[in-house]
Amino acid sequence: MEYLSLFVKGIFVENMIFAYFLGMCSYLAVSKTVKTAVGLGFAVIFVLGITVPINYLLENFVLKEGALTWLSPEYATVDLSFLSFIMFIAVIASMVQLVEMIVEKFAPALYGALGIFLPLIAVNCSILGGALFMQERQYPSIGEATVFGLGSGVGWLLAIVAIAAIREKIRYSNIPDPLKGLGITFILTGLMGMAFMAFMGIEI
Amino acid sequence: MSTDTATAVAPKKESLFSKKNRRLLTDPLDDSNPITVQVLGICSALAITVQVQQAVIMSLAVLFVMIGGNVIISLMRNIIPDRIRIIVQLVVIASLVIIVDEVLKAYSPDISEKLSVFVGLIITNCIIMGRLEAFALGNKPGPSMLDAIGNAMGYAWILLAVALVREVFGSGAISFPGMGQVKFLPESWFMANGGFYENNNLMILPPMALVTVGVIIWIQRARNRSLIEEN
Repeated sequence: MEYLSLFVKGIFVENMIFAYFLGMCSYLAVSKTVKTAVGLGFAVIFVLGITVPINYLLENFVLKEGALTWLSPEYATVDLSFLSFIMFIAVIASMVQLVEMIVEKFAPALYGALGIFLPLIAVNCSILGGALFMQERQYPSIGEATVFGLGSGVGWLLAIVAIAAIREKIRYSNIPDPLKGLGITFILTGLMGMAFMAFMGIEI
Repeated sequence: MSTDTATAVAPKKESLFSKKNRRLLTDPLDDSNPITVQVLGICSALAITVQVQQAVIMSLAVLFVMIGGNVIISLMRNIIPDRIRIIVQLVVIASLVIIVDEVLKAYSPDISEKLSVFVGLIITNCIIMGRLEAFALGNKPGPSMLDAIGNAMGYAWILLAVALVREVFGSGAISFPGMGQVKFLPESWFMANGGFYENNNLMILPPMALVTVGVIIWIQRARNRSLIEEN
């Protein structure tokens, strides 16, 4: 039940796009058609679901103060948390590369669908944001960290697919010239964000 | 670090402030603004614009990381193998961001807390990677530094404009680093004290940041019609 609550919270209440604006760059750049938006969205879920648990292990067994005690009790005072940014981004960049290679080898069809988006994801802020929120909120177990990662990914997919669908339709609308393209997308996202605020405080 | 490089580069390259190089500084303020035209670095621009002081600190942090990153990558541009350049760039940026984060934690822990994960997210701020890819990898350190300053300034003024609107209407106050939050409306004007004025709390919430940026884009493109998109 706790997992479900965390999952739903990640999708609606603490949506990466509408509540924290994470991954806005690719959200704006790749939301012109629904098809590509779905591809990128699934790639984000995939990578968040893999990197958040790995970074969780890294945080709790290497970086945190006292995390190295499993090696030897004398390391109890070692605090490597200042290295967390560089470790997290290294994990993300290498995982993305690794995932790309594995997918290419074993699932060429999936690679065809996700291929061009995977390299983009290394610099998508929602991935690093997921790792940093995981660090800040200190989830008690790896299961919860994974569920949080997957939930945030699904929320991101929901947001990008919704805006892509709206943008496909709005092309035929009569918008003031200076607002065309980027401007109206911002305002639409703002309106969607207001709608998502209705989910605030929901508990399951 | 940045000033050292400036003095080192300026004498040997006399045309550092030539007309072409000056355009590197001024273009990003309007015609090729990183936020409203290049669409880079949106995430942080929206998330930390609740107060002016956070926006100022964030802009300074981005300015430092951009100058450092652009100059370092530009110095190394001939020895970085093409295939691993993203990782090299990430490592350079991440090291600079760690410096910023440690300095912030040491000297203004409360602001560091308010910025929370967004200091770390400077690493994946597309404005930095974008300018490294688009400019620093192909240009000398001098122009790269100007490009970094120009783009950081273009980023900063949007950030400050959005933060000013949101803080003035959302909290009825202006804050600045070192001064704290200054309320400029008399207390008796507020409804809680029997007055007629109420702060617009919606401005503090995330959606209004998006709408504010949208309106800034609208105003900019209405004045500069060459930026209008096709659809």
